[in-house]
Amino acid sequence: MSGAEKINVTVSAVVPLNELVTRFEFKRTDGALFPTFSGGAHTVVEMKDDGLTRLNPYSLMSDPQDQQTYAISVRRDDEGRGGSLFMHNNVKVGDAMVVSNPVNLFSLDLRAKKHLMIAGGIGITPFMAQIKQLDRAHGNWELHYATRNAALGTYVDELTSTHPNDVHIYYDDDKNFIDLENLLDGQPLGTHIYVCGPKGMIDWVRGKTAELGWPLESVHYEEFLAPQPGKPFEVKLSISNKTIQVGENESLLEALEREGVDAPYLCRGGACGQCETSVIGYDGKFLHMDHWLEDDEKASGTKIMPCVSRFEGKTLVLDR
Amino acid sequence: MSKFEFPEAIKSRPTYGTLEARPGKAHLFVADAEGAEAIIDLAKADSGLMAKSHVIYIPKDTGDKFVSQLQDLGINQLYVGPSFEAAQTRLQRSLADAHMGLQVYLCGTEGLMGQAQRDAMAAGIPHTAIQTEHRGSVARRMQCVHCKGITEDVMTDPFVCSHCGLNLFVRDHYSRRLAAFQGVCIDAEDPGNVPPSAELYS
Amino acid sequence: MTIQFKDETFRDDYTFSNSDWAIKRFPFPFHEDSYMYAVNMEQHRGGPDGSVYEKRFDVDEHYVSEMRDRAMVLADDPLRCQSLPHMTLAGWDLLELIMVSKSEDYPDLFELHRDGDQWHWINKPLGIDDKFTFLDETSLPYGPMEYITRQTQGDFCVLDQRDDNLWMDAGIVTTQADWSLDFDIGMNFFEWHAPVPLAHEKGIFVRALKFLLNIQQGAPARRLNWTMTVNPLLDTSPENYHKWGIQKTSLTPENIGQKQHLRVELQTFFRLPRSNALVFPIRAYLASFDDLMTVPKWGRRLHRVIRDLPEELATYKGFIDNRPMMLDYLSRYDDGKPTSDGIWPNLDTDPPRD
Repeated sequence: MSGAEKINVTVSAVVPLNELVTRFEFKRTDGALFPTFSGGAHTVVEMKDDGLTRLNPYSLMSDPQDQQTYAISVRRDDEGRGGSLFMHNNVKVGDAMVVSNPVNLFSLDLRAKKHLMIAGGIGITPFMAQIKQLDRAHGNWELHYATRNAALGTYVDELTSTHPNDVHIYYDDDKNFIDLENLLDGQPLGTHIYVCGPKGMIDWVRGKTAELGWPLESVHYEEFLAPQPGKPFEVKLSISNKTIQVGENESLLEALEREGVDAPYLCRGGACGQCETSVIGYDGKFLHMDHWLEDDEKASGTKIMPCVSRFEGKTLVLDR
Repeated sequence: MSKFEFPEAIKSRPTYGTLEARPGKAHLFVADAEGAEAIIDLAKADSGLMAKSHVIYIPKDTGDKFVSQLQDLGINQLYVGPSFEAAQTRLQRSLADAHMGLQVYLCGTEGLMGQAQRDAMAAGIPHTAIQTEHRGSVARRMQCVHCKGITEDVMTDPFVCSHCGLNLFVRDHYSRRLAAFQGVCIDAEDPGNVPPSAELYS
Repeated sequence: MTIQFKDETFRDDYTFSNSDWAIKRFPFPFHEDSYMYAVNMEQHRGGPDGSVYEKRFDVDEHYVSEMRDRAMVLADDPLRCQSLPHMTLAGWDLLELIMVSKSEDYPDLFELHRDGDQWHWINKPLGIDDKFTFLDETSLPYGPMEYITRQTQGDFCVLDQRDDNLWMDAGIVTTQADWSLDFDIGMNFFEWHAPVPLAHEKGIFVRALKFLLNIQQGAPARRLNWTMTVNPLLDTSPENYHKWGIQKTSLTPENIGQKQHLRVELQTFFRLPRSNALVFPIRAYLASFDDLMTVPKWGRRLHRVIRDLPEELATYKGFIDNRPMMLDYLSRYDDGKPTSDGIWPNLDTDPPRD
């Protein structure tokens, strides 16, 4: 079986937070307790969307110690392939759903003398759980949260009222931006920085910390890519001896799963490396979108990450 | 030239590189004996670096040989001290006040680099971000796995533990936390049958 | 069945022995007639009734005496149990995992009553009845990891996961195959395995690490490992090697059947939820050569494995000097007949010995 162990749940609350973001809360259908988790973990939510099974990862943002309820917050993406639209438009209180056990690819380094968190937009969600975890352990943390404006400032009120001294809010529309260079300068030795937000923000923080001599191990980031639509293509699978079609709005990984071919996964967003697949032969060009493979591996034409990457050309033969 | 090519060894054994200037506002060097030469070489390669640097230097048996050369490098803050133990509180004080972005450079003997690295790690710098360059003696700092005592500057294998007196052979297995290699009893299965001591790497 | 706990020793007069029940459930580690390193991981989701795989944390007839031996080792050398400061949360994770598992798997022996963070733990075999506050270190006599592992057979390594590696940042190690927690604590996966010959070159550790980093909550894994020990000595530590090493020279053709023990480690791996650490319990089982020879298949197979083992491995596992004597003994139990695949005794289906 691929992915983490599954849990059957019932939707217990659907709470619109603003124009774009809605919180979904789940209870276990069997009445048992959820496993606890560590701040930064995500769960993979299964959606039965008109014959298509979508599996989307969302950060758990409830209290990691709360075994009664799991909560995620989903930002509606009108341009994407429809996972977030499905959640917003179709999911109602009382619905039966399936989520995975928590998987953490963005965990706190508990050795840190200080945790410095940088959030952009919906990137706030993993920090909601991390802050609850750190509060319980009397951890030393500070959050810098940039969002478009007050109306779209998901959880801004909750954060600033509970932690007025540790939470710093920046609204783009007010031309109020994080002064990163100043923020980084003077942080005590042993500080770890965590960034979750758009790719530009992650690159900015990684670049600036490198420029200022921060060790790579002290810089943590989480960026799940959503699979992008693309031209349909055909794939031959050598182990399962099948030829399958990958549709415009599905990923190669989803096409494999649809055909009953088991491929391991954890993040489904080009980050964890689990679904790495060997290429046996090809005639065409790869559209590598992941940030798992090294550049030389991408250029070699011997590996592909089916969760986000695609192919254009005549033939592609995979070791699956 | 004071550099020594260590033979390939097991994966817990530290390896050393050549110091290079890294970006950052503050730079801390800890060196002993011939380690001074690595600083001198680096200062030649990057003339601006020394003005942003704090150098803690323990000459050991090189005496005054490198001290005046170091004094001529324009080092912002230079300390020359008699032993690592004597310099350690100064090192720890510097680390306690330091900020993210501090670059740490260690050069000289394995024992010195290991102990300074331990303090830098305790202050929150990952060991992979700490630069090291071996110079000078290949003597090792050894922990007796039996009594836990540390014997400094071990030059022969086997050797006698300076605390409990057991005959120990010198392993390549190395602990960063202890800043020491492991010494294990060589004649446990045949007491008294101790091979003659040979100089390390001889 | 109700377990009859034995009163026995793993040192000095070595009164340890296995019952017939313990021999039949011994985790014989060779699934074929030869041995080489392999990652050989499988899911840890139970196993045949009564086998050591059945429960998450196996309890057997040696439990009470093994825990007494552990307490003696710790009294002599407290450095056998250490936890770096950032590992306390993982220690609570481990305490919770073991208490929940044992109270569910052995309700007649262990009870856990929880009311919020007020916990009540009853360990009947060891006569322990403690109330404490979960996540409050001041409410237990030891740190959480030490508290629960003084009541659980096997060594425990608690591994922090960061920077795509596993770090041995906490553990209790009193029944080890000649490695020192005090020395290895703080090392990463490749460093603490550095002294193991051949396996690095075969890429074993790279593959094993990749597997372990991806172990998920709710999906534990297991494997077997093995070595040889003269006398049923649990504490074969490097710390005390200068005291026990000499025992290796005490083997004779007359006593080898009783004195020489195959030592098998059941290694399991669980993701710890609150800390995202990984716990690596290493449970040691001992069986004398005489015990093992009561199973014809194991007699044949053990002879073939030991005979054909590469010299580096026999040296690393510490029995190269004794191998000729072991083979003299074992060859008498190998009649050349075939053996069935797998580790189980198959007393009814494998041929009886000539």
